[in-house]
Amino acid sequence: MSELIQRNPLADLLQGRAQYPEPASDGLKQLRARALERANALTVPTTRDEDWRFTDLAPLFKSSYQPVRDALAMDVSQMTQFLVPEAVARLVFVDGHYAPVLSRVTDLPKGFSIGRPTDALGSIAPFESDPFVALNTSFLRDAAVIRADRNVECAAPIHVLFVSTQQGGASYPRMFVSAATGARVTVIEDHVSLTPGAVLVDVVTEIEVDSNACVCHIKLQRQPTTQFHIGHLSVRLAQDAHFASHSVTLGARLSRNNLHVSQMGTGAQCTLGGLALLNGRQHADTHSTMDHAQPHGQSEQMHRCIVDGAARAVFSGKIFVRAGAQRTNASQQSRNLLLSERARVDTKPQLEIYADDVKCAHGATVGQLEADELFYLRSRGLSELVARSLLTYAFAAEVIERIPVKSIVQRLEDDILQRTLVGASA
Amino acid sequence: MIAGDASTLLEVRGLTASVAGVPILKGIDFTVKAGEVHAIMGPNGSGKSTFSKLLAGHPAYTVSAGEVLFQGANLLDLEPEERARAGVFLGFQYPVEIPGVTNASFLRMAYNTVQTARGKDELDPLEFDDFVRGTMKLLEMDPVFLDRSVNVGFSGGEKKRNEVLQMALLEPKLAILDETDSGLDIDALRIVAHGVNALHTKDNAVVLVTHYQRLLNYIVPDYVHVMEGGRIVKTGGKELAQELEARGYDWIAKAA
Repeated sequence: MSELIQRNPLADLLQGRAQYPEPASDGLKQLRARALERANALTVPTTRDEDWRFTDLAPLFKSSYQPVRDALAMDVSQMTQFLVPEAVARLVFVDGHYAPVLSRVTDLPKGFSIGRPTDALGSIAPFESDPFVALNTSFLRDAAVIRADRNVECAAPIHVLFVSTQQGGASYPRMFVSAATGARVTVIEDHVSLTPGAVLVDVVTEIEVDSNACVCHIKLQRQPTTQFHIGHLSVRLAQDAHFASHSVTLGARLSRNNLHVSQMGTGAQCTLGGLALLNGRQHADTHSTMDHAQPHGQSEQMHRCIVDGAARAVFSGKIFVRAGAQRTNASQQSRNLLLSERARVDTKPQLEIYADDVKCAHGATVGQLEADELFYLRSRGLSELVARSLLTYAFAAEVIERIPVKSIVQRLEDDILQRTLVGASA
Repeated sequence: MIAGDASTLLEVRGLTASVAGVPILKGIDFTVKAGEVHAIMGPNGSGKSTFSKLLAGHPAYTVSAGEVLFQGANLLDLEPEERARAGVFLGFQYPVEIPGVTNASFLRMAYNTVQTARGKDELDPLEFDDFVRGTMKLLEMDPVFLDRSVNVGFSGGEKKRNEVLQMALLEPKLAILDETDSGLDIDALRIVAHGVNALHTKDNAVVLVTHYQRLLNYIVPDYVHVMEGGRIVKTGGKELAQELEARGYDWIAKAA
């Protein structure tokens, strides 16, 4: 092969870093420097790497992206369309930079705090082997750091809104959630854009859930379909901790969600829900690892993809049960709906089990809308278009309806019905 | 009820049809007039279900010969939704589950679509709620079934009641009930039959597709047809059903 990659695209992205603002603390400066060193050493994965076999990053590197050095001054009115009315607090980051003027944190209940970046960053999502985590960490400056003290509860969600505004811009959002023993908190990680142009978002989220605490993480990725999104979510669960994840991918030309959950204490429980709704030339890849390291853990994962046009969805889900993690109960289900001839899904469930007293189940299906189901609805007078749309919605509903924020459920419902009605008529 | 001057609703002449190249219906003649109740009986695989689904427009079946007229117009030219709007209703043997879509909104969408097609007024959600609750009383259905997803978690009997509820709301001219009695216990059977009888008028007609005579104790047919090998091989009155119950189907096949 004479046409080997002549330059490391990661090096391109690292250009301009020298002018990028620094974090305040010395600890973070050092973390950044170590991450930079690592980023320089790592290369961008290709389809020859097993973990990237189905996802070619070439479209991302067709153009170059400059780090956005400072937040554009913006008005709250520009955010209205994105707000979540139930939220008790809102943190807004513009191109990765915290925007206090657009945020509202005064109503947070006692025991909850929003902090500046701390030295705890990087403790849950290591950057050593992942170029995009290393890249993000090397640009570390602002972060949404949310802490819940012992036994505090907040039913209303905390909304973290990441807005990109600059065409050709790269942003490196960062989030850290820590729930102390017995605390309960719901956070929404929401990626939107005010520019229709190409943008790269490389986000890292770390969540630590202490014993008996409960964290619900809702991720919405609704960027325009010209954009790129690389997301990394690492979660660490202590004894009897609960974690629920609801991840909805609607946007981006190419997106990758890496999810890594470690059950480090006994009796931890998690439910992981994922939905990707794709059309046109969109490509969405979810890679998850569920690491059962201690006994009596439970996990239930449900991932669904609805793929139309010439879009492509990838799901690779690994359940890892370590020796000694006895009485683990894990299940994983990947279901996929293809709405067009050119749509494509690659799904790869994997079990790796080193304990002998466990219950693990997984399954994957790829299908189309059932003729009998369509006929049933049409025989009640509904047009074929409406019938298709309802059934497509029904396929997504199981993931959507579990989301504990009503306005989000409603918005997604409307969105999906509208998309399928418009999509099918086009 | 048989009335001499009743108009013809359905006229099937020499209908042959196949699914995936396999002939299933091999020449069916069948006429239904307003006000009548017909029962189509026959052993498994005789073509009863195929015939019902074909009348409702299931895309899997290919008609190779014959014609089907509904109120004088060619029914086979119409899409399934157009047939429903024109007044053909099929009660499904296996109603489909639709998670995430509440029964209330599904019923309202169907009702309003059909109403609009017939030039009548739609109902808004509140008006429809009153209306549907009234109809559910007739079928002794608990209103909690409005808030559940369509047919999800319904027992066999509840699904069938939900089918008859749809029939009640859509006011068809011709209701074809495919094995509506299967999976029903005796109480549910009585309730469903009562509902069908209450909806039956001199202007519409009911075709019951069934295996067993049991249902016909509650909904008394004017005509009983026996289907066998894709043809109607015998037609008689309600006493034919009792004879079938006593003697089985074999003697007809031998006689035919």
